[in-house]
Amino acid sequence: MTSADVIGQDKRPPVDPEEELPGGFAGLRARAWLNLRTGNLGPAPIIVGLAVTVAIFGLTATNFFTATNFANLITESAGTAMLAYGVVFVLLLGEIDLSIGYLAGIGALIVAELQLPGSSWQMNGILAMLIAVIVCALIGGFQGSIVAYVGVPSFVVTLGGFLIWQGVILNKLEQRGTIIIQDRWINYTDSYFFSHWIGWVIAAIVTALYPISVLYKAITARGTHIAQVNPVIFAARAGGLAIVAFGIVGISNHAKVITTSLGLPLAGVILVVFLILLTFLARWTTFGRHVYAVGGNAEAARRAGINVPRIRVLVFMISGATAGIGGIIFAAQVNSVALTFPPGNLLLNAIASAVIGGVSLFGGRGEVRGALLGAVLIGTLQNGLNTLNVSNGWIYIITGLVLLFAVTLDTFAVRLQKRSGR
Amino acid sequence: MTDTPLLELRNITKSFGSVQALAGVDFEVRKGEVMALVGDNGAGKSTLVKCVAGTHEADGGQIFFDGQEVHIHGPKDAARLGIEVVYQDLALCDNLDVVQNMYLGRELNRFQILEEATMEQQTAKTLKSLAVTTIRSVRQPVATLSGGQRQSVAVAKAVQWNSKLVLLDEPTAALGVAQTEQVLALVRRLGEQGLAVVLISHNLNDVFETADRITVLRLGKSVGVFERRNTTQQAIVEAITFGAPAKAVEE
Repeated sequence: MTSADVIGQDKRPPVDPEEELPGGFAGLRARAWLNLRTGNLGPAPIIVGLAVTVAIFGLTATNFFTATNFANLITESAGTAMLAYGVVFVLLLGEIDLSIGYLAGIGALIVAELQLPGSSWQMNGILAMLIAVIVCALIGGFQGSIVAYVGVPSFVVTLGGFLIWQGVILNKLEQRGTIIIQDRWINYTDSYFFSHWIGWVIAAIVTALYPISVLYKAITARGTHIAQVNPVIFAARAGGLAIVAFGIVGISNHAKVITTSLGLPLAGVILVVFLILLTFLARWTTFGRHVYAVGGNAEAARRAGINVPRIRVLVFMISGATAGIGGIIFAAQVNSVALTFPPGNLLLNAIASAVIGGVSLFGGRGEVRGALLGAVLIGTLQNGLNTLNVSNGWIYIITGLVLLFAVTLDTFAVRLQKRSGR
Repeated sequence: MTDTPLLELRNITKSFGSVQALAGVDFEVRKGEVMALVGDNGAGKSTLVKCVAGTHEADGGQIFFDGQEVHIHGPKDAARLGIEVVYQDLALCDNLDVVQNMYLGRELNRFQILEEATMEQQTAKTLKSLAVTTIRSVRQPVATLSGGQRQSVAVAKAVQWNSKLVLLDEPTAALGVAQTEQVLALVRRLGEQGLAVVLISHNLNDVFETADRITVLRLGKSVGVFERRNTTQQAIVEAITFGAPAKAVEE
């Protein structure tokens, strides 16, 4: 009974919990090996995939590597990425939301109706957007409460939503065909470009955020693991972020429509703002922690006193709200809402973006940033193939193959993680 | 070890429809003691634990905690008294790390923003105080831990909250030999630190290695309480299977 400390040992020698991996490059290798072994790949595969895609198109397509096409890429991908943000939260719970494509259409329809010039209810575009997003969040919350409190699988509930909201859009637009959006605030969400110097300021702010957050942790969490950052990784990340931020602004500032010079698109800034907000929500708040917990083991979360149904409803509200915002951005892209909304394979592209971005379909694993990276990869792929005049059929096939590859990689990662736990 | 029991149950009954799971159970556990609760399948061990943990509410009988009669209507009542349960199927989230699991559902926060640093330091302190030294990093996902380490985290999670009484439901059921030793050592340490520990187990070897006293349940009734030092596995097995004559009971 007194020799407890000796008995308490596993086969491995005891390691002081305070001990960390060595610093510098040696630690880098040890960490990389540990992550590889435990299937914790992070955003590495998708960044590699994106680099390869860009390189291929840069070499083969003549008008892919132009500043204007780059700005287009941002405004084209923004709506999908916005929806994909919401998908991340839903997938983190291990649920699915099939209604977001047409829910985006509802969001677009509401702003289009509310800004309608000459109508008795015409209102400021900003107010209209606010109302549209709130309505979409409430719809999401309603669908989520059927999942959470009644216990109907989310697949079925949101499939119902898929049909219902499609029907509402059909009813509304069948006669009128298209509603033109004239309100400038609404249209700005996808067609406003910052002046060159404001673009640079935004790049500087975004670049500074990462070192500030690391510094903040280092001060408030002295002596803990979360405060420790390998200096090599820190330098690489900070440098990479600076290159990306200033690169995006630099290229956007060269974009032109005929002779009018463009700049950093507002849509890109909206994406970054929501990326930061939602990452904060997921990683720094109790709500976010509970989302991961419910996705990892709902029963454990329930026993730990977490109100699981409440978390589910809130997540579906987030999904509804991001769908609404995405829908507004899509409507702004063409200054109208038409019967053909949502464009292309919006729902599937949004889900594919999150999954390609490393968010697990099994719940509990993934990051908000993955959705952005995934959406950018899909956007780049489709944009690049378009500039190469590849047929739509092949674009779908290639997108599908990339998705398949990403999910296969994820499944291997999960298996590795299980095995490393023995 | 004090003589007044921390938890005392008198004549607890509980039925599920026509099935009487508990037919008048008396049970007690003192501070600083490991009390084993043994019995055959269906003897009512799990039901008894659930009545104390607040998962079930007893139909009849009295519960005394620290000398006061208490009524436990739900898990929150139990937690308020300082009663924590470690379940057989570990209630841990594989995708979260050790710190995140230790504070699951009770995260330290300021305006809903997590206080990670404090939680990490407290976790390291708790693990150290329980001499759980095999966990490499408290920021390791639980999925990467061995079975014994996971059970250690589950136990540490239970004692983290100034709990006075810890109920362990088959803590070694899924573990190998070395890992079982690791967890049993931890269970003994809980008793040494002054907690009241109730250990439910099928494995009499485990029980004899850890427990100070043993309560035997049979068909929803307590058959007897045995001092480990004054009894044998044979006697316990007989009590479990046939029930023991009252005079064999040591007090």
